[in-house]
Order: sequence, then C-alpha cells, then structure tokens
Amino acid sequence: MKYVDEFRDPKRAAVLQQRIKRLAAQIFARRRRPLQLMEFCGGHTHTIFRYGIEQLLPDSIELVHGPGCPVCVLPRGRVDDCVALAQRPQVIFATFGDAMRVPGSRQSLLEARAAGADVRMVYSPLDALQLARSHPRREVIFFALGFETTMPGTALTVLQAAAENIGNFSLFCNHITTVPTIKAILDSADMKIDGFLAPGHVSMVVGETPFHFVSDHYHKPLVITGFEPLDILQSLWMLLRQIHGGYSRVENQYRRVVASDGNDAGLNAIHQVFELREYFEWRGLGSIDHSGVRMREQYAAFDAEKKFSLANLQIADPKACQCGEVLKGVIRPWQCKVFGDQCNPQTPLGALMVSSEGACAAYYNFGDQQALLRLREENGASV
Amino acid sequence: MCLGIPGRIIAITDADRLMAKVDVAGVQREINIACVVDPQQAPDSCIGSWVLVHVGFAMSRIDAQEAQQTLQLLAELGDMQEELDAMQSTARH
Repeated sequence: MKYVDEFRDPKRAAVLQQRIKRLAAQIFARRRRPLQLMEFCGGHTHTIFRYGIEQLLPDSIELVHGPGCPVCVLPRGRVDDCVALAQRPQVIFATFGDAMRVPGSRQSLLEARAAGADVRMVYSPLDALQLARSHPRREVIFFALGFETTMPGTALTVLQAAAENIGNFSLFCNHITTVPTIKAILDSADMKIDGFLAPGHVSMVVGETPFHFVSDHYHKPLVITGFEPLDILQSLWMLLRQIHGGYSRVENQYRRVVASDGNDAGLNAIHQVFELREYFEWRGLGSIDHSGVRMREQYAAFDAEKKFSLANLQIADPKACQCGEVLKGVIRPWQCKVFGDQCNPQTPLGALMVSSEGACAAYYNFGDQQALLRLREENGASV
Repeated sequence: MCLGIPGRIIAITDADRLMAKVDVAGVQREINIACVVDPQQAPDSCIGSWVLVHVGFAMSRIDAQEAQQTLQLLAELGDMQEELDAMQSTARH
C-alpha cells in the first residue's frame, strides 16, 4: 500500500531506536527521572502495541496512553440513550461496528439487537443516509461519534440530507473535540506530561494552529504524528530533540497527509452544521468544558436528541473499573483490579477493553498476558 | 474509525454529489471527495490521486513529495548512524 511498507522498514526503525536511546540517556543524565510522553490518539496506541514500540524504548521514556479513543470514552448514559433510540418502533439505528459492544448500564447495542432492536452496522454515515432513502417509512438514526477526523463526514452527510430534503434521517451526535481535552489534561493536577504525540488525522482536519497553545502557554513540545511505526519513532525522536534542546514547538512529522492549515472544506462543513457544547461527559474523565459539539438549531430536524427528546441520564462508571486512572496515565492497564479476569475483550466491563484502539484491549491482545498477570501479582493490583 | 486507509481515485461516479470510485488495495468502493476537490478545477482532476479515506470520505491527498522528504530524512539519519558507528568502533582501537 502507498507509503505503508516504507514506514514499517525495520532497518530505519533500528536507526531511530539508536537515536532515541542516545538522546534519552543524555536527557536522563540531567533530569534523573523518566520522561512521560503522551500519545493522545487511540490509533497511535494501537500502533504502539501492535509493533511492540514500548519494548524498543529505554526505561527513561514512559508512554502514557491518552483518552483519544472515542468509543472508549463514551459514557454509559449515552449508550443507554442509543439503546432506547434503537428500541423505538420504526427505528433503524445505524452505527460504526466499534460501538456495538460498548456496555451501557443495562445493555450494549449488540445485546439490544439480539433482543430484537433493528441495529445495523455501517461503514460510513453515507450508508446510513442510503438506508433512509431506501426505507422511507422508517426513521434512520445514525450514531455519530469520533473526534474532528470523522466530523466532516457526518457534517457533509447532514448537508446532503438537507439538500435532498430527507425527512426520516437524523444524527445522535456524540462528536468530541481534541483541543479542550488536551487542555484539561495539561491542567490536571495528577498528570505530568512532558510532551505530546498529537493525533495525525485530527490535525489533517484542524491543522497545526489549534495546538500552538501547548507550546506557547504550557511550554510543552508537541509533534503531529502519523500512524506507522516509523512515524511514531521519528516523532518520539523529534520530541526528545526539543526536550534536549530546551525548547517547545509544534512540529509536523506527518506532512505527507497534514497541511499546516488543515482541510478547508472539512472545517467549513463542521462549522456549518455543529457548534460547541458548554461541556461534555467523558467516561472515566468526567465533564470537560467545550469538549463536544451539538447540531446547530438550523439543522434541528436532523438532530435525534431534539426529534426524540432524550433523557440524557448521567450514569456512573462501574465501581470496579479504573478506566479513568488508566486514561490519565495514573496506573497502567494491567494494574487495574479487573484487567483480564472480569474485564476482557470478549466481555468488556470498561470501555478501554472494547475497542481495538483502547489501551486495555491493546495490552490484552498484544501484551504478554502471563507476564502482565505476574507483574500484577508482584506489584499489587493498583498503585 | 480514526485510522484512515490509503486509496487511489479511479473514476468520478457523481460529479454533483462529489462521489468517486476509489481503489483500496484491490477493493473498489464509492466514496465522497468533497474534502479533496480543488474548487477551481473539475472533479475529474482528482482521478489518479492517492487519498486517505475515513468512514467513506477522502479526507486528504497523500503528498508524494512530502512522503519522499520524510523518507529521505530517515535514510540520511541511517547514513549518519553508520558513520557514527564506524567512528566509534575505530575510536576504540
């Protein structure tokens, strides 16, 4: 595939590994404590585990796996809303496959489907719109979720529905925003992040500028990063170079995809259809100001929240789950009390075990299970 | 959902709705190209472009020149590393 194999070349990876080791050693000699570098995006977490990148890094670098997996941070109350919508007569509830198994307080969408609700897995919001065209007597609701990466697609779908005057199509909008969330992480008292690998595909839409506050106000380095193993290694090296040099900048490693101004057409579609919510609830993290969007009044006819007056109940995370601590990097996934036993990818309890982009599922699928469980026994379940 | 997949635009299927056929590793699918069309040019001008596809939308053109430059930089790092290694190994003698 185009520019996939090239960015998986083990020889080049070995070179970067040497570079990283050398710089990290010099930095450690000065600081005497490990660096905590956060990859915000679940896509990066997936690459890191799939290619065993943590094993390539010296002990003086700790990767903190951030909250950038939209499926993982979906609160239970929102899943309950999905199930309630799907159970209405006449409704076809269309969703991305990732969201099917996220547990709500009573059921997941998969379980609701087994119990008779018409839940359909789609690849694209355009597929959901097509369902509405071909089932004019049914109400088709698309479960819109994701960061800025998927927002333009949903927005363009709504604009298309409006242009065709399709009355039986609506969105249950759960889109979330990256920048306020990174700010919340930087303001959080229990987190000490020394630098960020910024999400490449969010940046492809929003560009470089929205991230400048990280270097300008918080004086932390940030590198916009691609999704192949060499992208991650190169970006880590770029972060170390900044830390070693004592400066903070926004750098773009993923120039082959990310233009510095982002994507005009995508941003226009977002601004046309969506506006910021005052706050949005995240699983494990609680409420974060301006971290979600809703549909503008002008498109209320396509807003499932208004069309079906939803309860929007807040439901606490299961007590045993420590997703929040894992999301903040306070504990490692295998240190959670229920990791691997009560909570595993087949029967996930916490959201981080649901999606392949979740940190816990990544540890479970690609980590050395026995070693992890041994470690947990030796070190205690939580720290 | 967040991981894009690279594909090549092979035909415009609906110029009004900006829909095109894309080839992703041998699999063909119709996608929307509104985010990669140059408003100054006809949609046809996209044919042959490599794009990154997310949930049925081409979200970015993959810039071959930038990709080459990144790879070139990585190759240069490799050359430099070999020289450094050689320097270190000869310094020990």
